[in-house]
Amino acid sequence: MGSRSSHAARIPDVDSIQRETGFSQASLLRLYHRFRALDRNKKGYLSRVDLQEIGALAVNPLGDRIIDSFFPDGSLQLDFPGFVRVLAHFRPVDVEDHGNRDPQEPEPLNSRMNKLRFAFQLYDLDRDGKISRHEMLQVLRLMVGVQVTEEQLESIADRTVQEADEDGDGAVSFLEFTKSLEKMNIEQKMSIRILK
Amino acid sequence: MFLLLPFDSLIVSLLGISLTVLFTLLLVFIIAPAIFGVSFGIRKLYMKTLLKIFAWATLRMERGAKEKNHQLYKPYTNGIIAKDPTSLEEEIKEIRRSGSSKALDDTREFELSDIFYFCRKGMETIMDDEVTKRFSAEELESWNLLSRTNYNFQYISLRLTVLWGLGVLIRYCFLLPLRIALAFTGISLLVVGTTVVGYLPNGRFKEFLSKHVHLMCYRICVRALTAIITYHDRKNRPRNGGICVANHTSPIDVIILASDGYYAMVGQVHGGLMGVIQRAMVKACPHVWFERSEVKDRHLVAKRLTEHVQDKSKLPILIFPEGTCINNTSVMMFKKGSFEIGATVYPVAIKYDPQFGDAFWNSSKYGMVTYLLRMMTSWAIVCSVWYLPPMTREAEEDAVQFANRVKSAIARQGGLVDLLWDGGLKREKVKDTFKEEQQKLYSKMIVGNHEDRSRS
Repeated sequence: MGSRSSHAARIPDVDSIQRETGFSQASLLRLYHRFRALDRNKKGYLSRVDLQEIGALAVNPLGDRIIDSFFPDGSLQLDFPGFVRVLAHFRPVDVEDHGNRDPQEPEPLNSRMNKLRFAFQLYDLDRDGKISRHEMLQVLRLMVGVQVTEEQLESIADRTVQEADEDGDGAVSFLEFTKSLEKMNIEQKMSIRILK
Repeated sequence: MFLLLPFDSLIVSLLGISLTVLFTLLLVFIIAPAIFGVSFGIRKLYMKTLLKIFAWATLRMERGAKEKNHQLYKPYTNGIIAKDPTSLEEEIKEIRRSGSSKALDDTREFELSDIFYFCRKGMETIMDDEVTKRFSAEELESWNLLSRTNYNFQYISLRLTVLWGLGVLIRYCFLLPLRIALAFTGISLLVVGTTVVGYLPNGRFKEFLSKHVHLMCYRICVRALTAIITYHDRKNRPRNGGICVANHTSPIDVIILASDGYYAMVGQVHGGLMGVIQRAMVKACPHVWFERSEVKDRHLVAKRLTEHVQDKSKLPILIFPEGTCINNTSVMMFKKGSFEIGATVYPVAIKYDPQFGDAFWNSSKYGMVTYLLRMMTSWAIVCSVWYLPPMTREAEEDAVQFANRVKSAIARQGGLVDLLWDGGLKREKVKDTFKEEQQKLYSKMIVGNHEDRSRS
């Protein structure tokens, strides 16, 4: 009866996913329905093409980079746990977490550090832990398209790297990145609230 | 076997009598009103009874869920995430402001934090975008006793199951054969009627007969689907020499509109039963059917349509500019072809109530026959049709702007979301021009400031 279930028990490994990501059962259910809706051919997993077909994502200048973040290490199939793991970075921060968190347990995926780390890897393509001037240029080029000349873009990239770079190695490390954004309200700007 | 003989004749005669009674009832209560365009109000009564039953069913399910201490799944058609409708510029400025302690007017060109805007927007679309959800059936807030719309089936009590079983019996064993009989009658009358009218010499009498044959057969088909239609503002009905434009949800839209007005239809020539119907219809009335090869040639299509509308005595053309079936929660981009011709456009908004039966044709999921069977085994098809005042293209508008204006009017009237996306997006990739717009906006922010700086 019915092709959909309202019960979270339908989702495979729902308990471990819940522990790992911190999403409520209701949110996981909504995301599961979304996953199934995106999986047009009912393969059970998502491929790059499935995400590329989202029109609003295809017009986002960083669309390809965002899709890449779902397929780490050259993988071609995205299963539901992987899907939710990435989206968990954007879960709003729980206020109660800060006090009673067990220091032995790994940091929740939606902590400030992890959100920053996610943004950092959008810049750092080669995953060497630093944003080089070249990588900065590449991201800038994605965001402006053909609207800005190479010289202007290079001067902007140079200026940005110079300001953030503290140890003078010509690249922005993760620590320098976090330092330059320390006043930013990351929790709010990198959070998406799922309706109950 | 010999013992069966006396019972045999009894059964046969019983069958004969019941069939005769059934057909007389059919004729009196359904076909006769269809021919004369009147209504006994049986369908409205049926609708009211059903609504009461549905409300009861949903209450019982909520009670069942509460007993087990679970939350009932409530679908959201407007999206599952909370969104802020701010523009690119506003958001990036706000992000920068929250990150730096510098004065507001000292806006720098580029900040490392600018990326957050695009990143978050991208993630939002992955969680919930406007287009993907328009191509699956709308989800209902309360259950309508059809298994196809049930998401909370583990909360059904015994009483509900019995009710559901009764519903299945009524729908499949009583309503379905009735509807198939009616559909059969309607279609055969249409084919025969239009062929016969086609033999008459052209003139007022032929027009008159053709109109009434078409109307009568469409009305029978409307009853074959148990479609309960409410027409609003009938004074704005399309007139000769104009184009009637409506949002598209299913092939049934044609039947719904054509049972209230006499239109010239536009479409592709099909094979099979559809082809037979089309060939018969065109004998009595100048419908515009295109061969498959001609459809690709946009100029040819435009030429034939223009010729048709220029003759002011010709019937209004019925066109669905979206080009594809959408799930009736939104209106997507109208193709500009019909708006370039220069005729008066009569917009029509059609809004279905999915409570009684979802009319949306998901062509990737169901074929035409499966779809029609699903329609005929639903409770009813309930919809509202609004005839909007006619619109013409203004001097400074181009076809695309005119199309968007008409689309907004239809969306507003029907309570649908007005989207700029192309319905063909479900099959094709989106154009790069949209991405360029975003890039232009952002470039203005970072380079525009640079220029100001160099000037001062």
